Amino acid sequence: MKDILTELENRRERAREGGGQRRIDAQHGRGKLTARERIELLLDEGSFEEFDMFVAHRCTDFGMEQDRPYGDGVVTGWGTVNGRMVYVFSQDFTVFGGSLSETHAQKICKIMDMAVQNGAPVIGLNDSGGARIQEGVASLAGYADVFQRNIMASGVVPQISVIMGPCAGGAVYSPAMTDFIFMVKDTSYMFVTGPDVVKTVTNEVVTAEELGGASTHTKKSSVADGAFENDVEALAEVRRLVDFLPLNNREKPPVRPFFDEPGRIDNSLDTLIPENANTPYDMKELILKVADEGDFYEIQQEHAKNIITGFMRLEGQTVGVVANQPMVLAGCLDIDSSKKAARFVRFCDCFEIPILTFVDVPGFLPGTTQEYGGVIKHGAKLLFAYGEATVPKVTVITRKAYGGAYDVMASKHLRGDFNYAWPTAEIAVMGAKGATEIIYRADLGDAEKIAQHTRVYEDRFANPFVAAERGFIDEVIMPHSTRRRVCRAFASLRNKKLENPWKKHNNIPL
Amino acid sequence: MFKKILIANRGEIACRVIKTARKMGIQTVAIYSDADRQALHVQMADEAIHIGPPPANQSYIVIDKVMAAIKESGAEAVHPGYGFLSENPKFAQALEAAGVAFVGPPVKAIEAMGDKITSKKIAQEAGVSTVPGYMGLIEDAEEAVKISNQIGYPVMIKASAGGGGKGMRIAWNDTEAREGFQSSKNEAANSFGDDRIFIEKFVTQPRHIEIQVLCDAHGNGIYLGERECSIQRRNQKVVEEAPSPFLDEATRKAMGEQAVALAKAVGYASAGTVEFIVDGQKNFYFLEMNTRLQVEHPVTELITGVDLVEQMIRVANGEPLTMTQDDVKLTGWAIENRLYAEDPYRNFLPSIGRLIRYRPPEEMASGPLLVNGKWQGEAPEGGHAVRNDTGVYEGGEISMYYDPMIAKLCTWAPTRAEAIEHMRNALDGFELEGIGHNLPFLSAVMDHPKFVSGDMTTAFIAEEYPEGFDGVDLPVEALRKIAASAAAMYRVAEIRRTRISGRMDNHERKVGEDWVVSLQGESFPVTVKADQGGSSVAFEDGAVLRVASGWTPGDQLAEIDVDGGKLVLKVGKISGGFRLRTRGADLKVHVRTPRAAELAALMPEKLPPDTSKLLLCPMPGLIVKVNVEVGDEVQEGQPLCTVEAMKMENILRAEKKAIVSKINAAAGDSLAVDDVIMEFE
Repeated sequence: MKDILTELENRRERAREGGGQRRIDAQHGRGKLTARERIELLLDEGSFEEFDMFVAHRCTDFGMEQDRPYGDGVVTGWGTVNGRMVYVFSQDFTVFGGSLSETHAQKICKIMDMAVQNGAPVIGLNDSGGARIQEGVASLAGYADVFQRNIMASGVVPQISVIMGPCAGGAVYSPAMTDFIFMVKDTSYMFVTGPDVVKTVTNEVVTAEELGGASTHTKKSSVADGAFENDVEALAEVRRLVDFLPLNNREKPPVRPFFDEPGRIDNSLDTLIPENANTPYDMKELILKVADEGDFYEIQQEHAKNIITGFMRLEGQTVGVVANQPMVLAGCLDIDSSKKAARFVRFCDCFEIPILTFVDVPGFLPGTTQEYGGVIKHGAKLLFAYGEATVPKVTVITRKAYGGAYDVMASKHLRGDFNYAWPTAEIAVMGAKGATEIIYRADLGDAEKIAQHTRVYEDRFANPFVAAERGFIDEVIMPHSTRRRVCRAFASLRNKKLENPWKKHNNIPL
Repeated sequence: MFKKILIANRGEIACRVIKTARKMGIQTVAIYSDADRQALHVQMADEAIHIGPPPANQSYIVIDKVMAAIKESGAEAVHPGYGFLSENPKFAQALEAAGVAFVGPPVKAIEAMGDKITSKKIAQEAGVSTVPGYMGLIEDAEEAVKISNQIGYPVMIKASAGGGGKGMRIAWNDTEAREGFQSSKNEAANSFGDDRIFIEKFVTQPRHIEIQVLCDAHGNGIYLGERECSIQRRNQKVVEEAPSPFLDEATRKAMGEQAVALAKAVGYASAGTVEFIVDGQKNFYFLEMNTRLQVEHPVTELITGVDLVEQMIRVANGEPLTMTQDDVKLTGWAIENRLYAEDPYRNFLPSIGRLIRYRPPEEMASGPLLVNGKWQGEAPEGGHAVRNDTGVYEGGEISMYYDPMIAKLCTWAPTRAEAIEHMRNALDGFELEGIGHNLPFLSAVMDHPKFVSGDMTTAFIAEEYPEGFDGVDLPVEALRKIAASAAAMYRVAEIRRTRISGRMDNHERKVGEDWVVSLQGESFPVTVKADQGGSSVAFEDGAVLRVASGWTPGDQLAEIDVDGGKLVLKVGKISGGFRLRTRGADLKVHVRTPRAAELAALMPEKLPPDTSKLLLCPMPGLIVKVNVEVGDEVQEGQPLCTVEAMKMENILRAEKKAIVSKINAAAGDSLAVDDVIMEFE
């Protein structure tokens, strides 16, 4: 009997060795942790329960049958993050470079199926050289099996991908379909075709880092939602994100004890809006001063900075925040910011996360680049996302809400539950000068008359009261009481029930 | 008494004057420029009158505008504060002509003391000690030696036309005087084409010590002790204290009596300050007299219990002084630290912008209380006071148009050592975000052994921080206290995380007791055992620190009792720990489980990117102009681009010869601090 128990321990030991000490050292040498070390950091201490530890590949070509390590290049299982269940797979670069075989894929599929069935998030730690070439089409089939599960799990349980090494070719499409992608700076990259192929086909010379490093994907392509300094920080921050997310779409977002008075008054907000309407201010200050304990988890911080998206808590409960950022491009909407915010709003709606919107938007960015790029359809994504969302929606207009952008930014007309405005709000078709130049076209040559008309227009429309007269604004609130008003609004919406008509699915302008 | 007084100033001093006027039952009138519409002094005053655009030379120092405001408000008296019109005789004359009382000295006194040469002459005549020197032309080296002997060594031999240290020699004996004269003369002839030389006493180990005087219009005058203001940066006072740790009673008395004699000689009637330079042997020499309220007057108020502003108003009202020299008693010790909106890490570059957070330490007095201008009783042991004179508030703006001073933080305690200790804690507890400021630098000075010993000269900052200020490295004992606090705090935050909803019943996460705290390159494995009263934090060497605080997650200020000592930390967020600021240090503190610490040790250390080939935007601002193109070879000092920040244009120049390889910004772009404007090959 004892021998048998020892045999299990021995086999486990072999499985834990992965690709062996030499490869583990090499992994460390690159500044990367091993698949198992990563899981240790991601999950609560001692909470990991492994599946399929002894799975080995079944390939018999190219002499592969001689080398059948336990686990087959991926560690899978479940555990807890601050006591809440999550499923995890962690690719092991020390075993066949983390390459994906048929069995490797099956292991991932197994935990994804369980995650959907049992209602818990899936966190994928990606570190893989790509398909297991020796297995050929079986490997490709494996990818597709994972893809299909990503698709089915989408909107059912949160899916988070952390790219902690290479992720190239077909492999990128699994993370691409998850809710969030994070990367580790300097040690991870993602691309569909690598620098060598790029050179052959287009004659472009580009490094892997330039083509698909963390900087590229967080700033330019927006493929990644964030990047971290190293593995340790990345995993700590994923834990922090998990604390904001519900486990599945049947659950309310989590609540945790908080140490911040919901009725906290912040008088400094009364001076946030500069005297000159064209002077920018930092919208993040408002977000941080409204949030519980000044804690904000920003998503896509480096991309389309003219809009801010992320999570905060109010009274301990998660709230998704979308806010125009006047510091960048005057906070206007454009293709990138619309796409960024639309995806975020849809994530919140999927998972019953209430949405708080801060508005200071002078309109859509004009220009050929925007029109040729299809700003009409991209802008419509955000409009669509807000309009279809049935979660509690609270909106505060701090300054400008001009034109179509006013409609888009969670206006009353898109089923906004609470639409507040600060006294500094200007809700109008456009800025006063532009409007008067159209209305009083005949006086265009007379600067004095135009100035006079502009003043009249400003007096009439550069305020929140015209909209409030119509009921488009529920209440004009003092800036210093924003946190109290917003907390109370969400508190009153805890039992909100709103359903869209039955449909197979909608047809958002993709 | 006056019914209404106008304060012809702004900022903290206007607020300071308003406080006393209100106490005396006098109505107050503020004046303000466009930039000060929402300023604190405007909010505090009973009335406020707008006097023009932001630049002071179009508002606060335009006599006509101020006079118009006085007329409009019907104020009977004007307090000028310091700076602006406070020492402008024309303003005093205009007031006199309008029949409005000037809360300051007579015009004649302002005029007499306003001129360096005249004031020195008057001082000499009044028997005030002045720097000995020979102003006449010196013929040859032998005469130079003779004169040097008359003055007494060491002497400074200076070229009349000199400047910037050229043509200047210090001589300690006859030989050096002879040689110094020759070389100064040659250098002066070559550099300035003017070889006239004069000699004066060289003041060694100079300290800046000034006497506060108070005179009425009835011929009475007293002195209220001294203030030491030796901690200066480029002639800008940074730290002041009263009394001076250097003076003895006899020197104090001699300086005080000479100061009063000088004041009386010019018919002075108000509060005024006579500045002296004092050498290492306690010889003191007159520098100048400031015919106004001094910035650093609070330290005098704190040790004498006299409200100087009240006295100034009473004197202006024609009242005689109610106190004599014998009534003046110096009690305890007061220190003032001036908080400037200057970034110490960027060579004290002025910083402007919004005060996102501004929470000064609570003002308090637990020592002898100031009642009707007199301290009540003796200072009890452990008693202290914290005073913060300020003109700003959270959400307010530090504007580019005026002095970058944010506040004057003062502490008082029975002894100097206690006053310094209270100041350290007060600085640590001063929350100030949104702009660059010198708080860390002030903390560093408060901990500097030379300052602590009182052994300082006016060269203190230049000598102790020759390369500028680069932050503070804390000693290991301090790090252990911070580590213990951080571990206890982090544990609290971690336990809260485990209280989230939706967790698996019976399989909750258990937060452990063992942690590794890393900060400032050191790692401390600790065991945290929490109980009702706080936590006991055990270190590997067996030492245990007892940590107690009311800190909860999210608090940005932690007041922690570590083994009975007070530790005040500013707490910020970083991944896996805290940003903690205290005693001038800015620490990234990571708190990890032992296993996580082991794995974190495998992470490569990333060097900060090499920025020597980049032009970074030094401040948030708008690119107005880019002067170069890609491929241009630029020379050292050549303008590269212009950044406008808060309406001020800053020209960024090449630091060395280089070729522009990439330009990332164009005119019209608004950039954040450290954004890359251009790159060089």
